[in-house]
Amino acid sequence: MIMKGAEIVIEALKKEGVKDVFGYPGGSVLPLFDVLYDTPVNFILTRHEQGAAHAADGYARSTGRVGVCIATSGPGATNLVTGIATAYMDSIPIVCITGQVKTNLIGNDAFQEADTTGITRPITKYNYLVKDIADLGKTIREAFYCASTGRPGPVVIDLPVDVTMAKANYKYQDKVKIRGYNPVLKGHPLQIKKAAKLISGSKKPVIYAGGGIIISSAHKELKQLSDKCCIPVTTTLMGLGGFPETHDLSLGMPGMHGTVYANLAIQNSDLIIAVGARFDDRVTGKIEAFAPKAKIIHIDIDPSAISKNVVVDIPIVGDAKNILAEVIKAAKRPDNEEWLNQIKDWKKDFPLKYKQTPSSLKPQYVIEQIYELTKGKAIISTEVGQNQMWAAHWYKYTKPRTFISSGGLGTMGYGFPAAIGAKVGNPDKIVIDIAGDGSIQMNIQELATAVSYEIPVIVAVLNNGYLGMVRQWQELFYKKRYSFTHLENPDFMKIADAYGAVGIRVQKKSEVIPALKKALQSRKKPVIIDFMIEEFENVFPMVPAGEAIDRMIGGMA
Amino acid sequence: MRDYVLSVLVENKSGVLARVAGLFSARGFNIRSLTVAETDSPSVSRMSMVVNADERTFEQVKKQLNKLIDVISIQDFTKKDFLDRELLLIKVNFNSQNRSAIIEIVEVLQGKVLHVGSKSICIEIVGDKEKVATSLQLLKPYNLTEVMRTGVVAIGKD
Repeated sequence: MIMKGAEIVIEALKKEGVKDVFGYPGGSVLPLFDVLYDTPVNFILTRHEQGAAHAADGYARSTGRVGVCIATSGPGATNLVTGIATAYMDSIPIVCITGQVKTNLIGNDAFQEADTTGITRPITKYNYLVKDIADLGKTIREAFYCASTGRPGPVVIDLPVDVTMAKANYKYQDKVKIRGYNPVLKGHPLQIKKAAKLISGSKKPVIYAGGGIIISSAHKELKQLSDKCCIPVTTTLMGLGGFPETHDLSLGMPGMHGTVYANLAIQNSDLIIAVGARFDDRVTGKIEAFAPKAKIIHIDIDPSAISKNVVVDIPIVGDAKNILAEVIKAAKRPDNEEWLNQIKDWKKDFPLKYKQTPSSLKPQYVIEQIYELTKGKAIISTEVGQNQMWAAHWYKYTKPRTFISSGGLGTMGYGFPAAIGAKVGNPDKIVIDIAGDGSIQMNIQELATAVSYEIPVIVAVLNNGYLGMVRQWQELFYKKRYSFTHLENPDFMKIADAYGAVGIRVQKKSEVIPALKKALQSRKKPVIIDFMIEEFENVFPMVPAGEAIDRMIGGMA
Repeated sequence: MRDYVLSVLVENKSGVLARVAGLFSARGFNIRSLTVAETDSPSVSRMSMVVNADERTFEQVKKQLNKLIDVISIQDFTKKDFLDRELLLIKVNFNSQNRSAIIEIVEVLQGKVLHVGSKSICIEIVGDKEKVATSLQLLKPYNLTEVMRTGVVAIGKD
């Protein structure tokens, strides 16, 4: 069918099953927006392109489908950059369509021109500059395929405005063949056999499960393996929800702010089974001292993730779900009764804890109440810093795609727009952004988006008047020299009011539950709850940067 | 640390060289030489490269290259029998005393004198790694004004 470029784009999006798109208009995407004006695609106008990128990312993380955002050329595209890098670091499938100046002006420093493919090359799985309308339909198909298969990631399609106005014949082609791109899905049978043998013969095994569990929907297989072989599981920040934290064998999170028992288990283990995790420095701590007595099995779809940071004994490249299913068949329960008792003791001796006082408002308590009142069924997004770690510790995640957080890049300002995206993708679920007073101000303009589209997300601001995590480091490692971490904040109640959202302030412990109950009743309006938490509360346990992960401050006393 | 020789087939389209170069700079890999040209198939280019790395880093280089969608295949010559060649173009200033000595060296190296001017001569030398090194060493005492190297290309024997 002969169509205009802009029509091809929207038609191709429909063919990919795209129902919701986030974005912001501008000069070079005018033809696209003209087509969007009367299509059934649900378009959400954010108030900043960064918000659109994070919303597409939150949508993707919470639904498992590809998130889509559109921005104009130049500043529109550069405003997406933080969102793209965030998605790249956490392997999240999003497709970003950016406008570009006319093909004959590219390279001329034209108005609102930026080298978008050049800027985004190191932070995308792949990117395209479509110069010929004949390639347009095929490119969009390829972009979705590439974003969502193998190790997923963001893909950028840069579209010169004249290409969107030109006409061409469009025919959807399902089959994609990229000769340089053939992700390995099935694990090597010999490697699986070796892994199963190692598991069966181990005495102190630990499963270290990362975001790959969520991406490949391998949570059922993970639980089966853990149940069958009685192996404790530690889930990374990206893996939270991949294994039920209410399970006896759950160790919570490992690493810098890991639980004492997860870190002790890793350091004393004789076999680490890493699945869809990448031995990030926030998990391993001092790399030479990481799991010194353990052999390592590493299951990952990305061969370059294997032996990048830690040398592994048995690498298995492929999709976690497939491989775990095979490992379950071949592995026998090891003789690890003593180990399980040891872990039980550690869990009893060193639980996560905080000091309750009758008067002060503790962030941990707030999050515990959020867990209780939502019965653990909410989707929780976070910003970055103390709020993120408290949200990771004090809410028990039991289902995949219920914890949405910028792990790799650590992007402040991510949580709120990501929550909007998650709510658009899951209108029937409660979505709560656990924020800090610093990070919420990085994309607070998206309140207008949530209000105008009636997206009732709840923002729980853990307000301590500081950039709390940086302040914590200054307290512990910089002699309490609180250099530029104190924040003079606006009145969040007035902000909520000005945007047309609901604002609730909580100053006392006794106000927490009523405030949350009130917020959970809001059906249309977004709610900001301003929790005035204790100023100097810290996140513990903590491993100082560069130390071995069993050298923890707080938590072991 | 040692030199590793790789031959990489890539899609012949714009941006691919930038992707490969960007990969090396972003991950701190050291590249000794890189030559790129179209192959007999116009949609495919070949990049011949010499990478200086330790064994583990080199494994990462290969994996990261393989991860690039525009990389079609990688040939690693580390454990293979291969032939390598590099071409040198050298301009040497001469005087009446050393002119014949320079030309003699070029003959020993089986190089070619491409041009003789009033003050300088241009020389072409083709050879493998050892020969290139020897050539540069033998000519070093003279007044070399320009040394051009193409970088290594390599081909497997079987």
